[in-house]
Amino acid sequence: MKQWKTILAAAALALASSTAAMAARTDLVLGMPLEPPHLDPTAGAAAAIDEVFYANVFEGLTRIGSRGEVLPDLAESWTISDDGKTYTFKLRSGVKFHDGSDFDATDVKFSLDRARGESSVNAQKGLFAPVDTVEVVDPTTVKVTLKNPLGSFLYNLGWGDAVIVAPESADTNKEKPVGTGPFKFQNWAKGSSITLVKTDGYWGDPVALDKAEFRIIPDAAAAIPALLSGDVQALPNFALGDALAQVKADPRFKVVIGTTEGETVLSTNNKKPPFDNLKVRQAIAHALDRKALIDGATGGLGTPIGSHFAPHNAAYVDLTGTYPHDIAKAKKLLKEAGLADGFKATLKLPPVGYARQGGEIVASQMREIGIDLQIIPVEWADWLKQAFTDKDYDLSIVSHTEPNDIDIYARKDYYFNYDNPAFNKVIDELNLTSDEAKRTELYKQAQKILADDAVNGFLFELPKVGIWDAKVEGLWENSPIQANDLTKVKWVD
Amino acid sequence: MTIYLLKRLLIGIATLVVASLVVFLMLEVVPGDPARLMLGMNASDAQVELLREQMGLNQPLALRYLDWASGLLQLDFGKSYTYSVPVIDLIRERLVVSFPLAVIALTLSTLIAIPVGLFAAARRGKAGDTAAMAVAQVGVAMPNFWFALLLVYVFAVWLRLVPAGGFPGWGNGIWPALKALILPALALALPQAAILARVTRAALIEVLNEDYIRTARAKGMPMRAVMWRHALRNAMIPVLTIMGLQFAFLLAGTIIIENVFYLPGLGRLVFQAITQRDLIVVESVVMLLVAAVVLVNLAVDLSYALVDPRLRARQ
Repeated sequence: MKQWKTILAAAALALASSTAAMAARTDLVLGMPLEPPHLDPTAGAAAAIDEVFYANVFEGLTRIGSRGEVLPDLAESWTISDDGKTYTFKLRSGVKFHDGSDFDATDVKFSLDRARGESSVNAQKGLFAPVDTVEVVDPTTVKVTLKNPLGSFLYNLGWGDAVIVAPESADTNKEKPVGTGPFKFQNWAKGSSITLVKTDGYWGDPVALDKAEFRIIPDAAAAIPALLSGDVQALPNFALGDALAQVKADPRFKVVIGTTEGETVLSTNNKKPPFDNLKVRQAIAHALDRKALIDGATGGLGTPIGSHFAPHNAAYVDLTGTYPHDIAKAKKLLKEAGLADGFKATLKLPPVGYARQGGEIVASQMREIGIDLQIIPVEWADWLKQAFTDKDYDLSIVSHTEPNDIDIYARKDYYFNYDNPAFNKVIDELNLTSDEAKRTELYKQAQKILADDAVNGFLFELPKVGIWDAKVEGLWENSPIQANDLTKVKWVD
Repeated sequence: MTIYLLKRLLIGIATLVVASLVVFLMLEVVPGDPARLMLGMNASDAQVELLREQMGLNQPLALRYLDWASGLLQLDFGKSYTYSVPVIDLIRERLVVSFPLAVIALTLSTLIAIPVGLFAAARRGKAGDTAAMAVAQVGVAMPNFWFALLLVYVFAVWLRLVPAGGFPGWGNGIWPALKALILPALALALPQAAILARVTRAALIEVLNEDYIRTARAKGMPMRAVMWRHALRNAMIPVLTIMGLQFAFLLAGTIIIENVFYLPGLGRLVFQAITQRDLIVVESVVMLLVAAVVLVNLAVDLSYALVDPRLRARQ
């Protein structure tokens, strides 16, 4: 009898412990290479801020989904006036900020007015420039009037820079961010990690994770052992380089190669001779071998592009055939430009792997047609000063990671020094158009103009290399916007 | 003795003043604008100007130097441009990692180096000496990040005894924090120990040729006692000098090891601050390090006096 009792007790114990083991994990540690300089997405351009806080802690009126689509977020619905200038947003009720205060229309007005105000240091202030007035109609209704119709307005509101903050906490968000999202900020151990925990009483679908920690691992050589030892269970967006091969074959992990919004271009100073000559730019385009470049700079993972547009976008046209790889043609064009003997120029490279490795390859490809490029490696701060601000450069390699940013070519004084009235006209028209079919058509026209003009050497779309535990589900495959959305992430057995 | 110390102290203070000027001016020449760096490529020039104004970057150079230097005297290091928190807080957060790490590494390296040095010196020219110095030579030549990665793969990935990196903070108990520091301390200590062992051996061998050692041996003192009581003590001055230099290096020159173990230490703070052009942080940390080197040197000078009574007696 006594023996039976022991066996029963043992069985019960075994059962209890096995159900405990079966309950899925609810914590996740993610590795990221760069640390955010501060924690307020409305006050800085650093992608690392959005990669922790977008959709997790902060929410906007709209948000961008995993396929780049615009979804309702704090605004549950909206109506647009016939002239396309007035947007009336119906807000969700019962939403609370993490400090316990209620979210309502005044917070929306405050956030939008703050972002476009005179003393605003919002890195994407331009997104809010078309806004004329923001009116509170009632606690759950906001009316936004634009100066002119703007087709991309709902998309723009989905940027991390347009999230809704509360007046009480806006000034302290850099250190202690307070949002409305499914996770709330718990702790920032500077130089080490940022921890988020689940918000109780969240207005939307409850999240599966109780706790998420973003650990700062600056080096790919350190990230791999961290993953292998189980300290970190996901590296959602990490330029791993050669280290990737080490884990690719390991069944414990999933390697997911996706796309980003990063158009990597051979930036060209269009006003500086001889690059002001279309024939010279065309010659460069013909001399570029994208395949070799992609293999060398991204381990074969990038997607070739022929203009400044992301291949996963519905309005994308493949223009990689505009100037196919053709050395003879390139030499002929240089000769027509009066530069049969080639010329010397500089190639300023920021400190990122794709640029430094890509730069070597570009230089050797240019040498084939007689262009002798002197490679000058620079730091980011230096690059921003020399190339971007002072436009003191000939060529450079940079990935433009902002989503849907073809309009930068219409910007006055942008560092490409490109100015084409026909292109500007297309972008102006695009801004006034909300009809999707028409917008797609205009986007296609814009891409075509840039490709024909060979404004920059269009190289490849930067890949998103993600790797995580095979039992983790719900992390984004692509990166249509800088984010690590954890709202659908869970452990499965 | 007092004059000796006063002289050292004055030299230290002069070093600090000169260093503050050099550091400040040198960083002013470095191109790059912290405001543009924060706002990125999509912000307008007017906005960057606005942020510069808010950060106080538009004040004249001399004024900013005086502001900063007078702050330093009151131990007020100013506010970080990028983090917008007091610099002293940033440094304190990093020192709780870097200082214990440096202390543990130096202790480990001393504990290894002195016995190895003694062992080798006592067997000069014999097989034991050759073997010990060959191992030390490998230790000096080995790149420390490679050795660090080796340690990670063996102890973290394979044996899973310690975490592969990161620092849990002292708030979560002493043991987890120590565990996170063991591998980095070891990776730092071994190459240092190799250098220190060679220095110890060389210093000992020089001392062993002195007349008083022969006298001690002649009066029948056993070799072991001669080593400890006469030789080691007299050989300590070069050893202490190297240890002083090593401590200063371990405090902030460990950026590579900090990267491999992703530790939030001082070295990474400086590195990050340089890339983000957070000049005030760079300036303050560098000054702190200069102060640390000056202090360590003072302490080494003092310890000379302790191990060498002749220095004490010289008035």
